[in-house]
Order: sequence, then structure tokens, then C-alpha cells
Amino acid sequence: MTSRIAGLGFAAMLLLSAAHADAATAGKRIALSNNYAGNSWRQTMLTSWTDATGQAVKMGIVKEAPAFTTAENQVTEQAAQIQNMILQGYDAIVIDAASPNALNGAIKSACDAGITVISFDGVVTAPCAWRLTVDFKGMGAEQVEYLAQRLPQGGNLIQIRGLAGTSIDDAFNQGMLDELKRHPNFHLVSTVYGNWTQTVAQKAVAGVLPGLPDIAGVLTEGGDGYGAAQAFSSAGRKEPIIIMGNRQDELAWWKQQHDKDGYTTMSSSIAPGVVTLAFWVAQQVLDGHPPPKDLQVPYLKISQDTLADTLAKTPSGGLANKLYTQQDAEQLRAVGH
Amino acid sequence: MGRAVLPVRVDARLLLPVATFVILLGAIFWLQPRTMSYFGLNLMLNLAVPLALATIAQMMFLTINDLDLSIGSFVGLVACITATWLHDRPWLGVLALLGCIAGYAAVGALVQWRQLPSIVVTLGLSFVWLGLAILLLPSPGGNAPDWLASFVGFHMPLVPLPIVACVVIGLFTHVLMMRTSFGVVLRGMGGFSRAVERAGWSALRARMTLYALAGCFGVLSGLALVGLTTSADANIAQRYTLLSVAGSILGGCSFFGGRIAPIGTVIGALTLALASSALTFLHLGADWQVGAQGAILIAVLALRALTGREREA
Repeated sequence: MTSRIAGLGFAAMLLLSAAHADAATAGKRIALSNNYAGNSWRQTMLTSWTDATGQAVKMGIVKEAPAFTTAENQVTEQAAQIQNMILQGYDAIVIDAASPNALNGAIKSACDAGITVISFDGVVTAPCAWRLTVDFKGMGAEQVEYLAQRLPQGGNLIQIRGLAGTSIDDAFNQGMLDELKRHPNFHLVSTVYGNWTQTVAQKAVAGVLPGLPDIAGVLTEGGDGYGAAQAFSSAGRKEPIIIMGNRQDELAWWKQQHDKDGYTTMSSSIAPGVVTLAFWVAQQVLDGHPPPKDLQVPYLKISQDTLADTLAKTPSGGLANKLYTQQDAEQLRAVGH
Repeated sequence: MGRAVLPVRVDARLLLPVATFVILLGAIFWLQPRTMSYFGLNLMLNLAVPLALATIAQMMFLTINDLDLSIGSFVGLVACITATWLHDRPWLGVLALLGCIAGYAAVGALVQWRQLPSIVVTLGLSFVWLGLAILLLPSPGGNAPDWLASFVGFHMPLVPLPIVACVVIGLFTHVLMMRTSFGVVLRGMGGFSRAVERAGWSALRARMTLYALAGCFGVLSGLALVGLTTSADANIAQRYTLLSVAGSILGGCSFFGGRIAPIGTVIGALTLALASSALTFLHLGADWQVGAQGAILIAVLALRALTGREREA
């Protein structure tokens, strides 16, 4: 009798483990805390979240996954938003943070309340949170390497930085400056702030161009390439090699220039769909399979060969994107171990 | 004017902030009953304390018909000083913070001496504060001094600390500005500066005092903020500039005539903090939330304009 019961129990266990592992998270609620929605990257990111989580909710993998966003890039509002999420009793919070550490107080409260916190893109330093980091430093260095390979004789460069005082801008800048030290034939003749925004970058570059000698290349942080190109053409100067950041307007302009006179450059950025990877990592943690706390996310690179294909798939006003799946998150965990 | 029966005379101007505050709080309790607890109130209101302090700083400017467009950046700078110098070398940190207050007083002197519009001066100043903050802390970081973090994180018995703090801030500034002859002179400078000057008071001293007071409250705001967030960021409090103006107007201050209302101002700041909480609890779509925050601001200020007109009519 006892052996029969034990046998039944064993069979049930087998059945359970064979059933989809998601049963454990079917009742879970995961919220997205986003701090800014004013550019194409964030808009695409929010759409990716809605698409992927809508599917997951329909399939019964999680109960609900709403997105919350604050008006501007405001730390204090996002901290309050996270504290409100704690009160609403979410099981996990996925965060694109306005600041790597100024939210730590709120995040610690969340962890103390037993909430899983996953940060991506703008990651947080609170030790209890997971981080999906992008090697922005490496991305910055890679731009200089690419220019060095295209322009072995060197030349003058303009650097367009992002939003002053942010960790992402700081990492990009570090990577660029470190790599520039290894290429003394490049001269950084001007540095401006473009706030990752086309119009701001255009104004900033147009403002400094009249006083500058011939420019061979422009280092960027994404979202600013097309604006820089516009500034050059309206000043009646030949466009240098401007590194692009996967935005549709940038890619379209690049393709048009290439068709005209063989203009070539490179483009890279983190895919906004990384938010879906963060979602799946949260689901994995809730399911009892936590990956390591620090995870490296690959970024999307576009070269001349992949330009036409990528452009065709990128909606106007958006940027090159990739949605991640549950399998991707599982793989990330396997690699991490 | 009847004799005050209560220690705090109930002002008609207090009705609007109190009513909006109570309605919002009721709505939040109804939407999310979990907020109706010590833990919930503490979590929901603790970030309102630095905002209330910044709003009081803004009120000091309004007292003399000026506007401070730099308070957000200033709080950011204080936060950066607190998380770096005050943590590593307390002496240097204290000196720097005192220097900040002195800087505010100096700006008051400049505005008075050259008769400059405060809006222009403080707009320029906002970039100076932000620039200094970025120099000090190029990328977000630093640590809150332990004593500060444990002070703002202190769990009072029975009543959450944020509520006690707001009551203390409101009552203190009320007594200072409305109940002392010192406060009467300062408010007089906003309302009838000629008359007050003819009576022998120095407009320069008054403006410098008010600016220094604003600096003090700005410093307190930055300290409270870093205590809560545990580290700093140059852009941490940019939002406070707009919210502090909105909060003081909602609370019953006026752009002209030295009319201020310290208690209403604190409640106004709390109301704005609650408004964004309510949005989170409402489950509004992400795209709508951005616009809704602005819409709430305008709606509340429009109410203030309506009640203001009725009173004057």
C-alpha cells in the first residue's frame, strides 16, 4: 500500500516536472518601471514590452504585466513609482532606471518586501537586483577602432555625447577617450552634447561647425547621427564618417548616401527589445531558476552588408529591434553558470 | 479680522489644498487599501518630505515676488555634496553647504542691487548649480552619510516619520513667517516694499534673508533626499523646480503681493506627490501617464485660479 502511494507520488512528480515549468508563475504579476518615453528607443521598448507580455499573459505564463512610465527622466518620480509598486504587491519589477544608484533606497525596500527586481539598459547598483548590462564602454571603443581602420591616416573628430551626468554617457565617453589614446593621429576637435536626440544634436553640431577645420569622423551615442548629418549638409560641408545608432532615420539616410556615392559607415545600439529579455529573466527568477546577478546583453550591430535588410524591417520613426524569447533567457542563464 | 481661536487661524485659502489632499488620499485608499497602513503611508509619503522642503524654499522667493527656477538643480547640487564631501570629509561638506546658503544670499543681494529679474538670474543659476554638481559627481554615485540615512529611515512609533516631518515643517515656517515680527517685515517687503522701507527696514537685508532662508530649506531638501535615495545624481531633483512652484500656488501663495501660506504650501507639495501615486494605482496606460501628470497640474492650478477670483470678486 505504502509503496503504491509512493509510486503514485513519484508519477505525479514526474508529471509535474514534465508539465510546462511556467505553471509556477501563472499567478505572478510583473510590472515595468520606465523613467522616460520621449524618444524612438523608449517608444519601441514600450511596444516590445506590450507585445511580448501580452502574449505571455494570453498563454497563462504570468497573470499580468503592466507598464508604468514617468514624464521625464526624473529620479524622484521613479523612486516614488517603485514604492507605489511595492504597495500594489507586484511579484517582480523590471526597471529601466533613471540613475544607477539614486533609486537604491526604493529598490532595497522592494527587495525587503520580497520583490524580484530586474534592471536593464539603465541598470542599478543595489546588490539585491539583477542587472542586464550593455558594454557601452566597449561600444564607444569600437567606434574609434572602426574609424582607425577606415582612416589609417587619422584626422579630426567630433564627439557627440548623450545626456550629461548619466552613467551611460559616462561609459561611452570613457570607452571613446581610452581608445583614442591608442590612436594619436586622431584629434578630437570638438565635443558637444546631443542628448541622444536628433534635433538637439543637429543644433549642437551646427553651432560648432563654422569654427572647425575639416572633419573626418563623428563619434556618437545613438539617436544623434542623422542630426549631425543634417548639420553638415546645411552648412554645405561634406559629411564625414558619422557612426550611426540603429535609428530608422539614420539608416535611411545612410542607405540613400550609399546609393548616391558609396558612403559607408557602421551602426550599433542596444535593441529596445532587451526589455523582453528582462521580462523573461524575471519570469525565470520567479520560477525558481535565478541566473547570476550580472548578465551581459549583446548589442545589435549593422554593417553595410546588413543595412538593406535591417532597414526594410525597421518601421519609420522606430529603430532596429529584436524581441527575445524565454529560450534566450534560459540560454543566458546557462552561459552565466 | 476676528481673533484667532486656534493657534493656526483657519484661512479660506487653506480649503483648496486641504480638500484636494483629502480627496486624493481617499481615492488612493480606495484604489489600493494596502496604502492605509503605517508601512503604506511611510512608503507613499517619504519622498514628499524633500519636495515639501523645496516647496517651502520656493515660497521664500514668492514672499518677495521672486521666482526661483534653480531650486531643482540646487537640491541636486546639495545632494551631490552630501553624497561625496559630507560623507568622506564632513568638515568640507559642512563648509560647502554653508557656502551654498551664502551663495543664495549673495544672489539675493545681486538681484536687489542691480534690480534684476529673479527669473532670469535663477534660470542662469540653475545651469551653474548643475555644472558644479556634474563637476563634483560626473557620473551618479556617492554614498549617504550613515547618520543621515538612519535618521530619515527612522521608524517612529505609531505615526510614520514623513507625516511628523511635514507637520513640523509646516508649523515651524508658519510661526516663523506668519507669527513673528521678523516674518511680517519680510512679507511686507513683498506686499508694500516702499512703505516698509520708509519705516526704516532695509530691502537688501530682507531679500538676502529670504534668499538665504530658501538656501537653507534647499539644503535640508537635498539632505533628506540623499538620506532616502542613499546616493546622488546631478539630475536627481530637476523636477522640483516645476513642482515647487505648482505646490506653493496650490497651497495658497500668490505670485504677487507677498501673500504666502506655509501650511497650505506643505499640503500642496504633499498633494502633488500623491497625484503621481494615484496615477500608478489607476493602471493608466504608459502613454497616458505622461500627459496625465501635466493635466493634473493644470487642473489643480486652474482650481486655484477660480477660487482666487471668487475671493477677490
